Amino acid sequence: MITLRRRVRQPGPVTAGDVAVRVAGLRVERGGRPVLDGVDLDVVHGEILALVGPNGAGKSTLLAAVCGDLAPDAGTVALAGKPLGAWTPRELAMRRAMLPQRHTLSFPFTTLDVVRMGRVPWAGTAAEDADDDAVAHAMAATDVTAFAQRPFTALSGGEQARVALARVLAQDAATLLLDEPTAALDIRHQELVFAVAKEQAARGHAVVVVVHDLDLAAAYADRVALLADGRLAACGPSADVLAADLLTEVYQYDIEVIAHPRTGRPLVLPRR
Amino acid sequence: MTATAAKPEQRGALGPVLLLAGLSAGLVVMAVVAASLGQVNIPPAQVVGSILHRIGLDIGPVPEAAQGDNALWLVRFPRVALAIVTGAALGCAGAVMQGVFGNPLAEPGVIGVSSGAAVGAAAVIVFGLTFAGNWTIVLAAFVAGLLTTLLVYVVSRANGRTEVVTLLLTGIAVNAVAGAALGLLMFASGNDGLRAITSWQLGSLAGATWPAVGAVAPCALAGVAAAFLCARRLDVLALGERAARQLGVDVERLRLVCVVVIALLTSAAVAFSGIIAFVGLVVPHLIRMAVGPGHRVLIPAATIGGALILVTADLVARTSIAYQELPLGVLTSLVGGPFFFWLLRRTRTRSGGWG
Repeated sequence: MITLRRRVRQPGPVTAGDVAVRVAGLRVERGGRPVLDGVDLDVVHGEILALVGPNGAGKSTLLAAVCGDLAPDAGTVALAGKPLGAWTPRELAMRRAMLPQRHTLSFPFTTLDVVRMGRVPWAGTAAEDADDDAVAHAMAATDVTAFAQRPFTALSGGEQARVALARVLAQDAATLLLDEPTAALDIRHQELVFAVAKEQAARGHAVVVVVHDLDLAAAYADRVALLADGRLAACGPSADVLAADLLTEVYQYDIEVIAHPRTGRPLVLPRR
Repeated sequence: MTATAAKPEQRGALGPVLLLAGLSAGLVVMAVVAASLGQVNIPPAQVVGSILHRIGLDIGPVPEAAQGDNALWLVRFPRVALAIVTGAALGCAGAVMQGVFGNPLAEPGVIGVSSGAAVGAAAVIVFGLTFAGNWTIVLAAFVAGLLTTLLVYVVSRANGRTEVVTLLLTGIAVNAVAGAALGLLMFASGNDGLRAITSWQLGSLAGATWPAVGAVAPCALAGVAAAFLCARRLDVLALGERAARQLGVDVERLRLVCVVVIALLTSAAVAFSGIIAFVGLVVPHLIRMAVGPGHRVLIPAATIGGALILVTADLVARTSIAYQELPLGVLTSLVGGPFFFWLLRRTRTRSGGWG
């Protein structure tokens, strides 16, 4: 392909505490109706931010706007200090990786092939030498090495979800956007996914994760952002946000929060 | 992450190399065999000898048959060369098209791009246009093919994906319109035009000449080279447009380049050979079954494989019945049609209906 190649701006090292994503006054409309309105949110390197809220609250929309998949109707999204529009698609891909909710593949590529696709942004850069290591590590971390040679299309839903996560990890971006990474997974693999997220945060990466299980959010997230009807109802340390009265109001269901008898951390339960 | 994670072995790294080497060897052998067989048989050794002498090496025997050398250089070699170029273009176009549509049933013939290009080429013949010399037919086929590809692409896509049903129905519609346009051109033309267009619709390499080869070969070569440069991005496109974009692929530009590549390859294939269906469908499919769907192997393998299949098919077409020539397009459809039927059923079983 004929390309007028501008030099690709490769990302430098990141420091925990720096702002990775800055969302300001974000408004997104669908069919004339706002699905997100007036959202201000900072995500810093080294933290896991859980995005929670009822169905239709705008969690996935917010993630898509941060990712750059949809353009905001008002407000701005900045990644690594620059507005999304200031980066080329490839420069964005070097800085943020997105795990979608659904996984499709048109042709029966093997698991290994799929994970390797995560390395595409780095083709032709010095980081390309690390391709094999990054792929191997990502596959080991998500427990998918065993079916490296099996076609992705022949895997179960939970296996596909982990392979997709491995692809995202192999991309080695400093900001990770995970849309319901645990939806199709059993308990062991749910915990594994969040252990991976924690590890990423410990490396100084910023992790934004949409999750329905409020217990998982309470256990792993450094901060929780609670969305309700397209607005940010609360954002802060999980102990503050995951409060019984606030959750009861937002979810319109009687919810109680009790301390775990052994560890003392909050347990979020519907009152039944 | 641990530093000692075992690296998974790359599956059969030797497989693709063996396949490409095998296909290339097969193509060379088949080309020599195809040149040696015909109304006058010239032993393969003499065919090779004739080529060696032509390039200045006095090695091997020369054709003994009367006019043997002329038969080779004026009739058979251009025909084999055109078969190679046409087959390579069709195989490559099929692979690219399936990749960019994300659909294993896409093929220039099936979805009507070949007939669209043929309309352009036929119009030039009927109206006797020669504004671009030798290249006029190719150019007209390219423009018509490009328009048809764009039309099919725009019409058959919805929400970033191409449904099988929509794609095939679009193909039916495009083929119907193109068929009508060809019919009109036949109606408007004299006997010569009539013959020319008929042989087009059936597909034939009988009109092969060196100038024809010289006109389409650069187009096919450029198309194949551009397709190969898109290979890794086509792999990523299998994840879906959105995921590909998130991985830094400029999807809009990739699509545009691929549409132009498809039109270029299809017009190169159609310009002098007419509509030869199913090569672009069958060949990439067989290659995928052998070495998997990765485009960096698929595209070169489908290119060489397409050439091999078409050289073989043309040999069968002109030698199976003595003193008669079977239309090549009819032959490929006879074999490819049932294959397409099987593929349809399999796709349907896999996805549990057409959804």
